[in-house]
Amino acid sequence: MGKITGSQAIVRCLQEEGVKTIFGYPGGAVLDLFDALMDSDITNVLVRHEQGAVHAADGFARVSGEVGVALLTSGPGATNGVTGIATAHMDSIPLVILTGQVPRPLIGNDAFQEVDIVGITRPCTKHNYLVSNVEDLVATLREAFHIARTGRPGPVLVDLPKDLVATKLTYPEKTPIHISSYQPTYNPHPVQIEKACRRIMKATQPVLYVGGGVILSNSSKELTELAEKLSIPVTMTLMGLGAYPGSQKLSMGMLGMHGTYTANMAVAESDLLIAVGARFDDRVTGKLADFASKADIIHIDIDPTSISKNVRVDIPIVADCKNALTAINKWFDAESDFQPMEQAERLKPWLALTREWTEKHPLAYKENNTIIKPQYVIETLHRLTGGKAIITTEVGQNQMWAAQFYTFDYPRHFVTSGGLGTMGFGLPAAIGAQMAFPDRTVIDIAGDGSIQMNIQELATAKQYSCPVKIAILNNGYLGMVRQWQELFYNKRYASTTMDVVPDFVELARAYGAVGLRATTKSEVEPVIREALQTNNLVIMDFKIEREEGVYPMVPAGKATTEMLLV
Amino acid sequence: MKHTISVLLQNKPGVLSRVTGLFSGRGFNIESLCVAETLDPKISCLTVVSRGEDSIIEQITKQLNKLIDVIKVTEINDKDYVEREMVLLRVKAEAHTRAEVLRVVDIFRGKVVDVSAKSYAIELTGSASKIQAVIDILRPIGIKEIIRTGIIAMSRATKTK
Ligand SMILES: Cc1ncc(C[n+]2csc(CCOP(=O)(O)OP(=O)(O)O)c2C)c(N)n1
Ligand SMILES: [Mg+2]
Repeated sequence: MGKITGSQAIVRCLQEEGVKTIFGYPGGAVLDLFDALMDSDITNVLVRHEQGAVHAADGFARVSGEVGVALLTSGPGATNGVTGIATAHMDSIPLVILTGQVPRPLIGNDAFQEVDIVGITRPCTKHNYLVSNVEDLVATLREAFHIARTGRPGPVLVDLPKDLVATKLTYPEKTPIHISSYQPTYNPHPVQIEKACRRIMKATQPVLYVGGGVILSNSSKELTELAEKLSIPVTMTLMGLGAYPGSQKLSMGMLGMHGTYTANMAVAESDLLIAVGARFDDRVTGKLADFASKADIIHIDIDPTSISKNVRVDIPIVADCKNALTAINKWFDAESDFQPMEQAERLKPWLALTREWTEKHPLAYKENNTIIKPQYVIETLHRLTGGKAIITTEVGQNQMWAAQFYTFDYPRHFVTSGGLGTMGFGLPAAIGAQMAFPDRTVIDIAGDGSIQMNIQELATAKQYSCPVKIAILNNGYLGMVRQWQELFYNKRYASTTMDVVPDFVELARAYGAVGLRATTKSEVEPVIREALQTNNLVIMDFKIEREEGVYPMVPAGKATTEMLLV
Repeated sequence: MKHTISVLLQNKPGVLSRVTGLFSGRGFNIESLCVAETLDPKISCLTVVSRGEDSIIEQITKQLNKLIDVIKVTEINDKDYVEREMVLLRVKAEAHTRAEVLRVVDIFRGKVVDVSAKSYAIELTGSASKIQAVIDILRPIGIKEIIRTGIIAMSRATKTK
């Protein structure tokens, strides 16, 4: 076989990995690569800012389950991508980020647009590489994809010097990847499974606490089977929403800082907490000493560092969630002492108690006949989309209302920056999601502050005919921060009022999109209907109750039973 | 409590900064750190001494293992290992202390590696506690300069009870 250039080899390698769409932005250091891409069937979505490229690749990955790919130039291109990379890293999203680098002889010379992106991204990637020998190029890329998608997924960055990608090489044949120092544990230890199952048999007030790991490992089915076979109520983290159908009766909704009363009470009263693909984040646990203090804890996670990091675990199970859940389901199927009917009977009082909590303090808000309540907007979006839309969010109150009031019934339908809480994530992520599923309804539930952080991506959405629907819950505030100021800073609204905000309807028009506005409750439904019928990019500007709060709320550092309620 | 952790890692550029970055980024402490190639030039061995509760050390071990380039992490516990550190000391050695310094060097099986009219440079090897003992004895005489390698450690082949 003849020799090809490094760039051609990279393109070929992307094809070999099944990549059809990437998100990128060109520059001096990646000219060769973009040139080579022109001769392939891979589409580059030309974003308007590199942060947008990485978030879009991230959104693409979250909804499709495939590895998202971003291609950025050296220096400022690469540094602009860092927030996106850190966002994906916190939420364990598989990405491969290709960055251009100055030619090898110039590295270390403060050359034009040189930055040590491998050094900068070391703590916010799963792994990263600077390729310095052309013979290693293809093997490194293959390794990058392998590492990104296996084990606990995450972003992997590959830095590509400009002279290297111009060098010729013989494309190596694909051989199985074996990295001796990287061997994730996929299969649960049978002894631990046995222990866990026996403990579950004895539990009288068990709770399934489900995180993003269940979605990442595509094990919603196995989780649902377990919950229903054993009549165990389920609560989900922000990242776990949709892993178990929110509308099913065992669902208690989200837990934690803005979780439901029922979920937080159930965890506090539980005698056995079964954590699956969740990491006991501080937004979930509140005051650690009081978290699930009456419960034994079983923790299933593929990443051993997550186990006993924040909370002591009684029965750790290091494994892929799917394998562990399958093993547990099989154990119960084979166990003669176990009868689903008896189990349901046994847990009846516990389930009755959870229902009592929900009756006492359901997720609720003070309704109003004229002023638009943000929760009402979300409920209406849910109703008019049949709960089937892919929802991305920005960050702040908008994100929490989306999590609380758009009851998620399916995995990979809720795309939100959980770990990093990155404002400006929602719009580019929605573009990525829409590129993955052109025929589905994709809605970015946004705040008036966040949407301005990557507003430039409207042009990208337009250029690639992504009919994303943006629902701005416009309160004229950096609302979530304002809420904290209201509650904990004597209503001193320091730097949370945006006195100058663009007219979003006019703005939409400027980008060739459709702009719609609702200022009263009765206008909400018609606006949403019109948006959903429009095959174009739409901005819906909902002028909502300005000082509406997100409740329940557990003040930072308090026990999760100390909720402020509506 | 002090813990010695031995880490086998790929001998590649940037690997050491992954390890030190992990410690600084997560607020783990490093008391000393030594690293050099093993018999296989593709693999390095790193010995790090850290202080912390058992749960912290458990996290450190797991986090190290999570690094893609880390091959093996061994926590070397108190009883069953040999630890050594080397130190170079420049000690004041004037007429009235020259003999005393030499005596100390002799007792601790050190070596004089450089001599001047006013000082000796001494090389010493031993466990951390031995090194500390020598430092304590020589300090009143006058240590002008000290350079320590940090600890390296190896598990014993047969465990002592
Ligand atoms: C990049 C970034 N900067 C700052 C913050 C801190 N922050 C969290 S929520 C929030 C307010 C968001 O305002 P808006 O988008 O209007 O949403 P709202 O809370 O009003 O719904 C801010 C500033 C953040 N999460 N991300
Ligand atoms: Mg706002």
